[in-house]
Amino acid sequence: MTPLRFDIGLDLFPLTAAVLTAVTCGILGNFLVLRRLSLMGDAISHSVLPGLVIAFLIASTRSPLAMFGGAAIAGLVTVALVELVKRLGRVEPGAAMGVVFSVLFALGVLLIEQAALRHVDLDADCVLHGQLETLVWYDAPESVGGVFSRDTLAHVPRQVTLLAIMAVGSIAFVALLFKELRIAAFDPALATTQGFSAGLMHVLLMIFVAGATVASFEAVGSILVIAMLICPAATARLLTDRLRSQVLASLGIAVFTAIVGYTAASALPALWEKDSVSAAGSMAVVAGVVLVVAIIASPRHGLVTRVLRRRALAESVARDDILAALHRAAESGRFELARAELERDFVGRPLAAALASASRSGLIDVRAARVSLTESGRSAAAAVVRRHRLWEHYLVDEVGLAPDHTHATAEQLEHLVAQPPSGPVTDPHGRVIP
Amino acid sequence: MTALPPQSSVASPCCDVATRAHGSLLAQASDPGVGTGNVLGNALGNVRGEFLREVIDTLLLRSGFNTNLVIIGTALLGLAAGVVGVLALLRKRSLTTDALSHATLPGITSAFLAAGWLGLDGRSLPILLLGATITGVLGVIGIQLLLRHTRLREDAAIGIVLSVFFGAGIVGLSWIQRNAATGSSGINAFIYGQAATMSRSDVLLLGVIALLAVAVTLLLLKEFALVCFDESFAKVDGWPVTAIDLAMMSLVVVVTVAGLKAVGVILVVAMLIIPAVAARFWTERLVPLVLLAAAIGAASGYFGSVLSALLPRKPAGAIIVLTAGSLFVVGMLAAPTRGVIAVAWRRFRLRLRIAGDHLLEAAQERRETTLGADALDHVARVGGWSTAFRALVLWTLRRQGMIERVRRALGGHSSELGAEPAASGRGLAHFRITSAGVARGARLVRNHALWEQYLISYADVAPTHVDWSVDQVEHVLSDALVSELEAALRTREARR
Repeated sequence: MTPLRFDIGLDLFPLTAAVLTAVTCGILGNFLVLRRLSLMGDAISHSVLPGLVIAFLIASTRSPLAMFGGAAIAGLVTVALVELVKRLGRVEPGAAMGVVFSVLFALGVLLIEQAALRHVDLDADCVLHGQLETLVWYDAPESVGGVFSRDTLAHVPRQVTLLAIMAVGSIAFVALLFKELRIAAFDPALATTQGFSAGLMHVLLMIFVAGATVASFEAVGSILVIAMLICPAATARLLTDRLRSQVLASLGIAVFTAIVGYTAASALPALWEKDSVSAAGSMAVVAGVVLVVAIIASPRHGLVTRVLRRRALAESVARDDILAALHRAAESGRFELARAELERDFVGRPLAAALASASRSGLIDVRAARVSLTESGRSAAAAVVRRHRLWEHYLVDEVGLAPDHTHATAEQLEHLVAQPPSGPVTDPHGRVIP
Repeated sequence: MTALPPQSSVASPCCDVATRAHGSLLAQASDPGVGTGNVLGNALGNVRGEFLREVIDTLLLRSGFNTNLVIIGTALLGLAAGVVGVLALLRKRSLTTDALSHATLPGITSAFLAAGWLGLDGRSLPILLLGATITGVLGVIGIQLLLRHTRLREDAAIGIVLSVFFGAGIVGLSWIQRNAATGSSGINAFIYGQAATMSRSDVLLLGVIALLAVAVTLLLLKEFALVCFDESFAKVDGWPVTAIDLAMMSLVVVVTVAGLKAVGVILVVAMLIIPAVAARFWTERLVPLVLLAAAIGAASGYFGSVLSALLPRKPAGAIIVLTAGSLFVVGMLAAPTRGVIAVAWRRFRLRLRIAGDHLLEAAQERRETTLGADALDHVARVGGWSTAFRALVLWTLRRQGMIERVRRALGGHSSELGAEPAASGRGLAHFRITSAGVARGARLVRNHALWEQYLISYADVAPTHVDWSVDQVEHVLSDALVSELEAALRTREARR
């Protein structure tokens, strides 16, 4: 068994279903995450279970339309019940959601047992983690070229058709109502004054989330729906600050996650010659891994960037402080300082890096553990001390601090890009401002 | 009104189930029978009594060792979950427990696999629960890390941990199902719970865990309350807030893990959330809240497992949660002060009083001591009253002795009465306002004027804008406030 082989019969439809789910949920999830409703997706995907079973018990078919209707109604009932419990019962939102969806889910589990008595194959497990692997295309064409023919359409499983409709619908929904969704998400009051209802947007969004859950329950299961609703949008949220690019990024991430997750589900176990694992579960895990990578390595908000930025700042502050220390020593007639002296004053700060960078820029000379200013270093150091003393003057004159309380604040202000107002010639302690 | 569906839908499967259970009993009863119609008729008569006896036997723990184990185990679990759930509710962490319970699944599967590699029995409960605890704690830490180091909000953090961990658990489950040599039947039970398969040692373990959790909570209740209600004060007062918080979260983890076997990963969260929220309807104080939540939790566990023992093929977890859900609905509707019915009733009473106030006030403003039809009509139209409400307002006022009915024989008002043919059937009386009614009207007019004056002189509201807001406040001014207003306005007047 080779790890990476694409078999049209075995892989085409499951992978399509996974990608379509990813696209549908990925795009809708952006607005859930923005409106802090991520868990509404979770609640709905749990509580569509009784809707599905009741629809099934009434219609006694697994026809997609009946199922869809039942689940969509269950989804809206969930939203309405959560609102109701929140308002009438004055229950905290999280708790209200927890009460509603767990009770509805329990009802669903009970009803499934009821359905099982009628010898019906309706499995709660399948609702949770789907049956992607059963979307097999028997007598599939051998070559990729054979797929592009008319009778392929006749073989497409109805789960995939439903997902495709849902995906197109969600993309159209978001594309057409992007402006309205954006305003409703960021500023509901503005939406009202613009003449459309933020509440209506909310309901529409919930209908689509319920629809996405239903369309995908049979193929991929609700756990993947939750993962895809939240993770790609959250990942994209860490990568960009604009909603439009966030939506596009989340789409890309969702598709990437689906493909990698699906491949990993069969390829990784195959390395140890084991059978493949649940593709839906594997995609959820990959979604999590992608998110962790983004948290660590996102260019603007990532941990690495933040650590590097902080380190660079600490280094430049230390460099300024070294220059200032040398300048002050020169004022009292000592034109060089021992490295040991600096080490004493710079405990816990990146002294070595700052010294190296200053001497690279030709600001200081480091010779045999003694440090002195160069010609260009002298003016840079004077500039730092000038800023410090000007700030001290400002703090006394304008802010009204006592002269002996200004040093610590000025020590921080001197590193700012913003310049203190110039003019005075001596600082509050009587020292000359360079 | 939309509150009804859950209740009715909760009720319907149960009735359904009850009739079906009758059916199955009927089958049993008729099995050994001779099969003729007569015998069957007798059996049918006995079935009801037999079923009732079975119910009572199960309720009183007389129906066999295994059933009793399950009932005692789930009741204890409910008790502990109720107590600990209060902490989660007060810390606003209800949904964190959801993520936590989902996050235990990968722990269970990894523990199963690890135990297999180490040559231990993968199905032993302590090993599985240890794994569950580890990943559960990792999940909670994960949420905290996401909140601290990214700009994601709490809902997204919870959703991420929940879905990713549960996804990992499902990967583990499918690995076990397809690749592991040993059977995986014990593992699957953790998703939906299988109370019926609990052994004696399982129940003992759960019982000890539950009772320990309850004991710790009660011992540290003062500290927990402090952190729940005023964290900053606790910090300033020198309490180790982080440690106390950690203790609370650990209790939640422990109880969640203990509940996995009985009600399953997905529904254990209901055991933590629902009793606490349901108890919250009935009381405003912490100690009664904890006791009540414990009682509701224990009752759900007890009745839920009794029901599922009586009815074949009913998963205990789901029934327990639905029992708790029904108790929640009862509380939400019927609790004395916070219940929906009580709130609606209070609002209605207030509306009735305000309507009466308006009538008397209107009459007072016109300097009338009778309530004529047109005056009534006017006030009713402005207030948007229905006919029934109008009748109720009049009836209330009469009962309070504010107005009394005067027969039409007086004649002087015949033209006025002619204007209202619709009500002429009974010979619409007009009403005379009694001295008590006049006094009430006068007091309202005075309150209105006082508050209006206050708003104009102190709150700088324009005189043309005052009337509407005052219309609402005038009804709720207390005597103390009125005299304060009088004093304030008098001094201001004097200063001028």
